[in-house]
Amino acid sequence: MNTALIIILSVIIVSSLIGVFARRQVKMNLEMWTVGGRRFGLVLIWFLMAGEIYTTFTFLGASGWAYSKGAPTFYIFIYGVLAYTVSFFLLPVIWRLGKRHGLQTQPDYFIHRYHSPALGIAVAVIGVVSILPYLQLQLTGLGLIVHEASNRTISANTGMFISFFLTCLFVYTSGIRGSAWVSGLKNVMMIVAVLVVGFSVPHIYFGGIGPMFQKLLQQHPGHLVFPGATTNLDVLWVMSTVLLFSVGFYMWPHSFAAAFSAKNADTLKKNAIIMPFYQLPLLLVFFVGFTALLVLPGLPNTDLAFLALVNKTYSAWFMGFVGAAGAVTAMVPASVLVLFASTIVAKNVYQTGFNPGASPEQVMKLSRFMVLVITAFALLFAIYLPKALVNMLLIGYDGVSQLFPAVLFGLFWKRVRARAVWVGLVAGIGLVTFLVMGGHDPLWGMNAGFLALVANFALTWLVSVVGAEKKMLHAPMTSDSVPGDEICS
Amino acid sequence: MQKGTKYALLLASIPFITLVFMLPLVNRIDPVILGLPFLLFWILAWVCLTPFILLLAYLLERRFNSSEEEE
Repeated sequence: MNTALIIILSVIIVSSLIGVFARRQVKMNLEMWTVGGRRFGLVLIWFLMAGEIYTTFTFLGASGWAYSKGAPTFYIFIYGVLAYTVSFFLLPVIWRLGKRHGLQTQPDYFIHRYHSPALGIAVAVIGVVSILPYLQLQLTGLGLIVHEASNRTISANTGMFISFFLTCLFVYTSGIRGSAWVSGLKNVMMIVAVLVVGFSVPHIYFGGIGPMFQKLLQQHPGHLVFPGATTNLDVLWVMSTVLLFSVGFYMWPHSFAAAFSAKNADTLKKNAIIMPFYQLPLLLVFFVGFTALLVLPGLPNTDLAFLALVNKTYSAWFMGFVGAAGAVTAMVPASVLVLFASTIVAKNVYQTGFNPGASPEQVMKLSRFMVLVITAFALLFAIYLPKALVNMLLIGYDGVSQLFPAVLFGLFWKRVRARAVWVGLVAGIGLVTFLVMGGHDPLWGMNAGFLALVANFALTWLVSVVGAEKKMLHAPMTSDSVPGDEICS
Repeated sequence: MQKGTKYALLLASIPFITLVFMLPLVNRIDPVILGLPFLLFWILAWVCLTPFILLLAYLLERRFNSSEEEE
């Protein structure tokens, strides 16, 4: 056994134990399992949201893009800040609604607001289908990290299997509390790893960050302005993508529902204020990618730029530390993804669709069982079809973003009904699937998901306006129990 | 809409203006500031300023909005 391997394994095991013991004396029921009993203060909410946001994709993908594509990678830096700005206004309203009506999941919101179980089931399916490739990406990234960091002594599949078995364990016992606690450890390790590597590698190889950029500008003059080393990711693509992601970000079922865990609306506002600071380490991740491009040109797999540079620069124990940080960085978001996918299947597909009389205990039991099923599915995908779902991930982000018009209008505009939402959703998701699958992304220089979102917005609005006018011709509008009343006033 | 919310929304439009709609104007290397190419410096600057903008929005909401039923 080598040093790096011992460090990685111990961290994975310790973090899982933290997750399991996070349960403590809390009595576990569905409300406690999915939304932590709506008790999380600023620290736990920050752990949870920050934990969901920094995934292996940010870790490996951001440096990989800095290496291979250049400036377009800055979109990752921008959209988070915009998403927190949106969340400042959106999440407190969602939280209040959740508290008042006992909502626990995103489909719960749709069922409540639009009085339509069918819409709830459709949203549940969109959510789970979008989550699966995201989860698989965490698995693949984790396997890659463990494999590389252990000096290829552990196979990627073994690494995935061990860590996901342990992740399953703490989700099963502690639910969302487990994820939040492990995320505390994860955040510290991640930030230390990124700070150390990000500041030191430009100094070690070039004597500073400024000289590193000078060298980069000499060798690759176009790398640091849009479109960087690409031909199709120009400034218009960046603009449309960050706009799309800024509204799509909290439409992921797990991010949406994380709002319900807060103990009050004020916590969510304060969280939105401090979150942009958490973006800053990303800058250092870019530095690592740029340095790697100069020091290790021509890497076959650019996603490994970060790890390859760490491997070349530092001793084995530090490689182990970075590998361990990377592994927990995959485990935390994965645990939240599994948790919400399972809850949504049990609550909003099984209970809403097939057995409305199911007791909370039955739903809870099924949710826990689904944790095992969904993890197994993701593992099988990751092992047997490692590349097949990459396309689906793109559609996943584009897909969940299409929920935004229904959420926004639902909160602030009484007139929108289920029918308008159906039309907008079907058009948006249909259009984006067609464009991405047909190889038309980007289209006219813009992100295809953004164009679909615009169409979706326009149609939802149009159907709402026309639908309401027709109704007025037949009968005067009565204001009996207009859904969404309480929040629009 | 309450007055505080209005101010808050106005403030919140700043990061969208600077980090989205002004990008075509700042897509350049020079001048290099603090060793960073101008584009990256611009983005970094507004990423750092946004929390303070949101903090101001938060304070204005508190000051001008009638107390909501907060727990």
